[in-house]
Amino acid sequence: MSEIIRLRKGLDINLKGAPASDIVSVQNDGLFALVPDNFTGVVPKVVVKENDHVLAGQVLFLDKNVPEIKFVSPVSGQVVAINRGARRKVLSVVVKSDGKQESVKFAAKSVQSLTVQDILSSILEAGLFAFVRQRPYDIIANPNDAPREIFVSAFDSNPLAPDFETVLKGHELEFQIGLSALSKIARTNLGISWKQTSQALTAAKNVDIYTFRGAHPAGNVGVQINHINPVNKGEVVWTIAPQHVIMIGSLFNNGSVDFSQIISVAGSCISKPSYAKVIMGAQLGSIVKDSLALTGKEHIRLINGNVLTGSKANTEDFLNVFANCVTAIPEGDDVNEFMGWIMPRFKMFSTSRASMGWLKGLFCKKGYDIDARVKGSERHMIMSGEYDRVFPMDIYPEYLVKAMITGNIDKMEAYGIYEVAPEDFALCEFVDSSKLELQRIVRESLDKLRAEMA
Amino acid sequence: MGLRNFLDKIKPSFEENGKLHAFRSVYEGFESFLYVPNTTAKNGVNIHDGLDSKRIMIMVVIALCPALLFGMYNVGYQHFLAAGLEMKFWQMFWFGFLAVLPRLLVSYIVGLGIEFTVAQWKHEEIQEGYLVTGFIVPLIIPATCPLWILAIAVAFAVIFAKEIFGGTGMNFLNVALITRAFIFFAYPSVISGDQVWVVDHAICGLGTDAIDGCTAATALGLASTQAAAPAFDINMVWGLIPGSVGETSIIAIALGALLLLYTGIASWKTMLSVFVGGGLVALLYNKCGPDNAMAAMPWWQHYVVGGFAFGAVFMATDPVTSARTETGKYIYGFLIGAMAITIRVMNPGYPEGMMLAILLMNCFAPLIDYCVVQRNVKKRANRVLNS
Repeated sequence: MSEIIRLRKGLDINLKGAPASDIVSVQNDGLFALVPDNFTGVVPKVVVKENDHVLAGQVLFLDKNVPEIKFVSPVSGQVVAINRGARRKVLSVVVKSDGKQESVKFAAKSVQSLTVQDILSSILEAGLFAFVRQRPYDIIANPNDAPREIFVSAFDSNPLAPDFETVLKGHELEFQIGLSALSKIARTNLGISWKQTSQALTAAKNVDIYTFRGAHPAGNVGVQINHINPVNKGEVVWTIAPQHVIMIGSLFNNGSVDFSQIISVAGSCISKPSYAKVIMGAQLGSIVKDSLALTGKEHIRLINGNVLTGSKANTEDFLNVFANCVTAIPEGDDVNEFMGWIMPRFKMFSTSRASMGWLKGLFCKKGYDIDARVKGSERHMIMSGEYDRVFPMDIYPEYLVKAMITGNIDKMEAYGIYEVAPEDFALCEFVDSSKLELQRIVRESLDKLRAEMA
Repeated sequence: MGLRNFLDKIKPSFEENGKLHAFRSVYEGFESFLYVPNTTAKNGVNIHDGLDSKRIMIMVVIALCPALLFGMYNVGYQHFLAAGLEMKFWQMFWFGFLAVLPRLLVSYIVGLGIEFTVAQWKHEEIQEGYLVTGFIVPLIIPATCPLWILAIAVAFAVIFAKEIFGGTGMNFLNVALITRAFIFFAYPSVISGDQVWVVDHAICGLGTDAIDGCTAATALGLASTQAAAPAFDINMVWGLIPGSVGETSIIAIALGALLLLYTGIASWKTMLSVFVGGGLVALLYNKCGPDNAMAAMPWWQHYVVGGFAFGAVFMATDPVTSARTETGKYIYGFLIGAMAITIRVMNPGYPEGMMLAILLMNCFAPLIDYCVVQRNVKKRANRVLNS
């Protein structure tokens, strides 16, 4: 067992509607889509036409700037729509599944005998490189870079996120093969939680294992990088989610990629929150039905992802390929809270003792039912130290955000912008009493910085 | 829900092209005051903490209430004490209430008037910062302060210490203290000396005009002019001494401090280090200070006279003008305490050092933070060099 890295800052939000551990299988006929916007930093070049028949694993679009990176269909079927928005921007490439799930076949290979180039080209060919992200900028990585290290966080500490050990069950071998493949490319670090006991994690081979103990965002890979070996200016590290490591493993082990994944479908507005086995890019409407149905029709917010980093969605939208959960919470737009600034608010979650919500946390273990209201209006930054309490990195978040708001690139660099991603600021945004849109600010700054540095 | 419907009904006339568009900011202010806006998250996190700046400001106002209420009572108490009349509790309180209320009203009307106008002009929402400032202002001036002077001072402070920098959250000087400082330097006779601390006339038939040539110096005033500082008196803790309205009662201030610390709205680091800094420096002057009454005053007595405690609890901890880094807060607080006592001891012309100490450290807070953050920046730069 490696040394435990203990994080004292952070916040676990106990949300109502945690998933039960049973796995519901979701039918895989219907619409599936890749949404280019999910792949941050990519300019898509679509290579299929409407009505084309594609196999699972067949290319739908490429990155215009780095054409080696392929984005492949998660299902076999017919391309039914290439939706475009303003200035012909590709919004989504939609495939109607034929239900057969025929995959493109590759040769199964033993990772040990392969060179770095072989591994990279296999991953690129199978369309799995699309899931490799990089720091700085938190964008899809460039296969031509030589990363300093690769980081995998084997647990997601976000509210209502799936327990990775449940996801991993039955895929231990693939996970290990995936890690071994990555470790050929660069030194690979696996961040695990101190609560995890699976041998596949605690005794994973070919990787350096770091154990983290602490509240969210301990599972954020950015936080782990900051504690293991922070990113410096000029360096590139790659990050990849553990469910995608399993896919890489299955590529080398079976010669084809299984694009199904286990996600949690949770939140207080899901009738029976539990895990679901779905295929990547599934339409949300095909997931939230039957026992996973929404509890009502109106005033419910369906979230593509978790409550902190996910985006507001409707049942027509498609599951974000990086999301590992679908959440539904009350929208709250029908609530008119009278004089909220003085009411005791026994049921409302707050990190502050200025309201009485913390009492509920003592007596009721079920969790809080938090709606999507902002509960205040945007102000200038007033309180100090709010972000610090939930930001376990060696960075002064307030100063970094101020540098971002003022667009001061020198200061952003000095304060550590290369080490952060929008998701690292999600909790700061949650606790912020000035209600600043921090994740948007961080994303825009990263984009601006990247354009400036190009 | 009748009220909600009424608000929805009149809303269109305040919108762009509406008849009452000129009062949009006022309408918005009242609407969001009555009902929490039910706008939901558009991007970023889908859930938010219940805390917002309205609630924070209201908590501070609640924390200030004991000091205000006691201050009102004390104004009456001092009046009738000077007149040599025995009065009931409520009569004293009502007298003080009538003396202080106009100052509270002027402070709010002038300050909020400017805030509403600026919000309207900048097409922004009204910011809540002045709720606290406007409440503090009448507490840190004598109850005899002429209303027109107060109005000018408030207008000056709100415009030149806050609005020109961009409003609440962007000011680097404490607005309430700038109000006091403005009066202090522009009209020193209404805020210092020994003529101003007791209301010497009747108000609305309450009280008496028969106080002639009343003088009542504050404890600090005495210490700076006399050979020996006034001996400790338990009334200094209760607050039954002459002074600015809200600063006298340590008990009332302590109640406010408890609420602020419990809710976490004020930083205990700043608050504690003001007392530590003040205590240590006062102790130093006790041991080897100049030969004057202020230096000889026991170190702990500095806490209970003048505005030291009030400043430490309510003004030094203002998050906007204080140091913002956690390490910086210790340094900032310590230096405020140290500077306040130093001004008291070294400069008999300004017996109340707290105001100037806090304003001075307001100016230095960004520098303190800069040094703290720079350590982190250097560490990051060195990492690049060593990698």
